[in-house]
Amino acid sequence: MLAVRSLRLSHFRSYQSLDITPDTRPVVLFGANGAGKTNLLEAVSMLSPGRGMRRAKTQDIARTPEALGWKIWAELHSLGQTHQIVTSSEGGARTVHIDEKVTPQLALGRIARLVWLVPVMDRLWVEGAADRRGFLDRLTMSFEPRHAEAVLGYEKAMRERNRLLKDRVQEPSWYAALETQMARFGAEINTNRDFAVDRLTAAQTDTSTSFPVADLEIEHTSQAVSADDLELAFAEDRIRDMDAGRTLSGPHRADLRAVYAAKEMEARLCSTGEQKALLVSLILANARALAQDFGAPPILLLDEVAAHLDADRRAALYDEICELGAQAWMSGTGPELFEAFGDRAMMIEVSERNGASEVQIS
Amino acid sequence: MQERAGREIEQLVDLMARLPGLGPRSARRAVLQMIKKRGQLLEPLAKSIAEVSATARECMACGNISGLETCAICNDPARQNGEMCIVEDVSDLWAMERTSLFKGTYHVLGGVLSALDGVGPDALRIPRLVERVHQHNISEVILALNATIDGQTTAHYIVDQIEGSNVRITSLAQGVPIGGELDYLDDGTISAALKARKAF
Repeated sequence: MLAVRSLRLSHFRSYQSLDITPDTRPVVLFGANGAGKTNLLEAVSMLSPGRGMRRAKTQDIARTPEALGWKIWAELHSLGQTHQIVTSSEGGARTVHIDEKVTPQLALGRIARLVWLVPVMDRLWVEGAADRRGFLDRLTMSFEPRHAEAVLGYEKAMRERNRLLKDRVQEPSWYAALETQMARFGAEINTNRDFAVDRLTAAQTDTSTSFPVADLEIEHTSQAVSADDLELAFAEDRIRDMDAGRTLSGPHRADLRAVYAAKEMEARLCSTGEQKALLVSLILANARALAQDFGAPPILLLDEVAAHLDADRRAALYDEICELGAQAWMSGTGPELFEAFGDRAMMIEVSERNGASEVQIS
Repeated sequence: MQERAGREIEQLVDLMARLPGLGPRSARRAVLQMIKKRGQLLEPLAKSIAEVSATARECMACGNISGLETCAICNDPARQNGEMCIVEDVSDLWAMERTSLFKGTYHVLGGVLSALDGVGPDALRIPRLVERVHQHNISEVILALNATIDGQTTAHYIVDQIEGSNVRITSLAQGVPIGGELDYLDDGTISAALKARKAF
């Protein structure tokens, strides 16, 4: 079981303070627009490495006008162990303590696996490739937390190479040194992404689900996928890349293609509801696969999850979440959207009073 | 007069607070302690700082900092054993020397390659390194650079520059630190340690 069993916030977004102790059931947050539901989900998302589900800068998270910084305390049950996580920022970089020891953010990935679905992702299949790549990388990180290091390493080396290209630096050894590292990290990224797609595919087909199966494929910008081939390709592309002032091909340009299998239709051409259903399908497949690989399904953060889903699909989603035993944190404007849960979920009403969010457990 | 003395002390505190590892509070405490122990700390420190300021210089050969044009390590014939250790900074050289294990010579790069920070090969002491490797009968170059992207880029660049000159190129091992507990190590370090495992 992977679940947040206690959550305290201080000066986090609209919350001056918050102290809740969820049980292992799914958590439903309902309330009016602007009450602070998404802020609470974002706080939970900060229990994973990175900038959380809004990709916000640490200083933007602090409650205003106080601007005192922010702090999150959480008790996390993970595979039979209880961990105390404290993460905070006083305006600068965020710090993480696990069990009272300062740790790098990446260590969070070893004990907590989180996957989220937010409203901006409803247009994932029709927007640019960068968002789909980010989605794929987040799913990949849930299987392989070290994927984050490979992505960061690749991007850092690529930024260095791009600067050389932009400045038209003629220094083959310098390019080669950077390309060696880009190739090593790039090959790792490709392997991890392929693994994630294989696991998602298997988890979609090996089960009975009410959600449509998505046939997934990673589209590469070139044939080069292995470290040796990537290194060679980067070297061969230097002149072209120099004219463009940036690296034009590599894992940073890959795209995730999805086809609605039953209709043999590209996801981008499907209806809005079908596109959302495909996304939910992948999130559930990810949870099923992680339950096998990691030993517990991830914590799911599903913001405004009911949007674009009809009543039957909503009920099916809630049934699958309960069957998985995943602690899902979901938000929506009204409790009626979650009626199908019955007493299988913990209902929390979020409201705003005197400029601060507060919660009440129903 | 009182005000003047106060301003000078504040200036000293400000300067001390700019040093690595010190903040305004610790700088103030250090300055206060020095003033209280004027004869034992403040005056010898002032004299010592003046002497170091007048004599400290970079070794022409390796980039180490000492009071000589060529540092004691480079001047020691016993250390001309064909092994040369490449480090980013003088502090890394001093860290290596604390082990008293390495008996060869050093080469201090003075940083690492970083296009984003505008640090290229010529801003470092890489051309001088290549020259030294070729001129001084070096048989082994040990890369003791940090395991960061910039550190490793610099390592690859150096390898490219000196490869083919019949020099053995090695790098420091990566893995479990002495006294380290596996449970607290990151996955990358454990992987590196596993890959570099040796017979017990």
